[in-house]
Amino acid sequence: MAQHSSKGARFQAVTANRLSDGEVVYLTADNQWAETFPAADIADGAAAGEALLARALPADFELHVLEPYLFEVLQDGAHFKPASVREIIRAAGPTVRLDLGKQADAKQES
Amino acid sequence: MYRYDEFDHQLVGERVTQFRGQVERRVSGELSEDAFKPLRLMNGVYLQLHAYMLRVAIPYGTLSSKQLRMQAHIARKYDRGYGHFTTRQNIQFNWPALDKIPDLLEELATVEMHAIQTSGNCIRNVTADQYAGAIDNEVEDPRIISEIIRQWSTFHPEFTYLPRKFKIAVTGHDNDRAAIKLHDIGIVIKQNELGDIGYEIHVGGGQGRTPFIAKKMADFVPKAQLLAYLEAVMRVYNRLGRRDNSYKARIKIMVHETGEEEMRRLIEAEFAKIDASQMLSVPQAEADRISAYFANPAFAALPATSAAMETAQKQDADFARWVRANIVPHKQDGYAIVNISLKPIGGVPGDATDVQMEAVADLAERYSFDEIRVTHEQNLVLPHVRLDDLKTVYDELQAHELATANLGLISDTIACPGLDYCNLANARSIPLAQEISERFADLDRQYDIGELKIKISGCINACGHHHVGHIGILGVDKKGTEFYQISLGGSADENASIGTITGRAFTEETIVDAIETVVTTYKDMRQDGERFIDTYRRVGLDPFKERLYA
Repeated sequence: MAQHSSKGARFQAVTANRLSDGEVVYLTADNQWAETFPAADIADGAAAGEALLARALPADFELHVLEPYLFEVLQDGAHFKPASVREIIRAAGPTVRLDLGKQADAKQES
Repeated sequence: MYRYDEFDHQLVGERVTQFRGQVERRVSGELSEDAFKPLRLMNGVYLQLHAYMLRVAIPYGTLSSKQLRMQAHIARKYDRGYGHFTTRQNIQFNWPALDKIPDLLEELATVEMHAIQTSGNCIRNVTADQYAGAIDNEVEDPRIISEIIRQWSTFHPEFTYLPRKFKIAVTGHDNDRAAIKLHDIGIVIKQNELGDIGYEIHVGGGQGRTPFIAKKMADFVPKAQLLAYLEAVMRVYNRLGRRDNSYKARIKIMVHETGEEEMRRLIEAEFAKIDASQMLSVPQAEADRISAYFANPAFAALPATSAAMETAQKQDADFARWVRANIVPHKQDGYAIVNISLKPIGGVPGDATDVQMEAVADLAERYSFDEIRVTHEQNLVLPHVRLDDLKTVYDELQAHELATANLGLISDTIACPGLDYCNLANARSIPLAQEISERFADLDRQYDIGELKIKISGCINACGHHHVGHIGILGVDKKGTEFYQISLGGSADENASIGTITGRAFTEETIVDAIETVVTTYKDMRQDGERFIDTYRRVGLDPFKERLYA
């Protein structure tokens, strides 16, 4: 299973890709899969991170999502943001096509 | 062009039906992801950062207008209006939904195309010189033997589960445009003193984590024995290639660890056994049937020069520059090979919209005997255009932003999809290619710099061929941040070489300045007529290193 957190990571979230279309999704506090990063449940500490990942692994989830994994997030004031360039891009879309991916959907909604 | 026979139609049709069932069973939960993943990969379906990606095979980089129009249709109907031409002459779609892919493949099959052999540990789609059948001094059109190899390798029962993927490239010309020495097997078509056609075979080239230039294993395999020889190489590899470590599983590692002489001995011993059985020769009638598909189109008898073209060059400086940069002489008087750059300044290397693909398809139909080629440098080619038609073709290309006159120049960069799309990438490649092309946007400056091939990969898998760039750039990840390592002196042509890393990596903010420093260093040191690679080979790495890290 892919790991995208550093050993010392304090805050983490769980992400995966949706089976039907590959869309990036995040595990929420009520064990749903949301399309946007702000809806992700955030774990504080290594043990909470493991517990969060364990919630993403039940077999019935395999019908909906692929390869869930933990990734590091950083606190930014009252909000959180992905720590790595990779997860920033997954959360937004290709940096070379701002008309595509979640960033485009966000633009349409605003 | 090759047309499917009944067997081709049947196997592609059956494959679509099989995959439709596999997708349905995955969605219903009957198949686990572990069981499904190898099946989807065998059909060219990858999971990338934002979505699934489908890689469609373009055998030896040749497309008809109808086939290219289908790519445009797929881009529009199943994707987001564009496709990405790859460094293996294929096309990728970045956003298809899994449950729609069987329908997509069914439509693709109507134009005799598929996604077989674009993934997995099999013999992959065969690549070839993009100027096949159009360039002068070609021994034989490499697409003939490429098609025979395709038929031999597709669903070959012995070679479906190789230790790792296996790539074959073919050229029929002394000037290697197919990077044959960077393939698992590279084939150069030769003619001996008696006039017989045969094949020089190179084995064990490749890039990735451990780059190697292929070793020449045979000087001249007679035409009738080629498949037997290839089968011998594959059998030796399949038997002795490492399966314990995927990083060491490619045949290049085996050749390196076994040694060139021992590898040659093993292949020849196996070859002797296979050839003695006489089971692997192509029946002459079948060879003739395939050859006929690649016969010359009905060229007109035309003068070697065109007054219309020459007048247009005098009247339109931009057209004249495009002719100078993007047009290659044709073997037939009165015709030219037209290179269509998919590297507009600030654009995404290799991307083409549905509208652009349709425009190129229309031009091919009207002016190039219905043929388009895809190059491993991520451009397109109209192989047979009359000199008299060049200005018309240019005007139409320009109207679709396809007339950038930069072939082989610093802005004609190869770049993999990188971290903008790819699940394996460590860093972005495309933005770097865009910044470099914008920094050097002035075409006169590019012409002054001359031939300079920049190749960018977003990870060590080297899909962007950075090892063989005159200037290679490798994206690396350091604690979630992108850095870029430079290598110099690589080349993918007949004088293939692996680049040498200059030293510590550069940040995203400093890498383009570093590239400019390399270019300035070259310009300061070059002697008359020297290209970048010539100067580098004369002076070596040190002068560049001194300036880069001063």
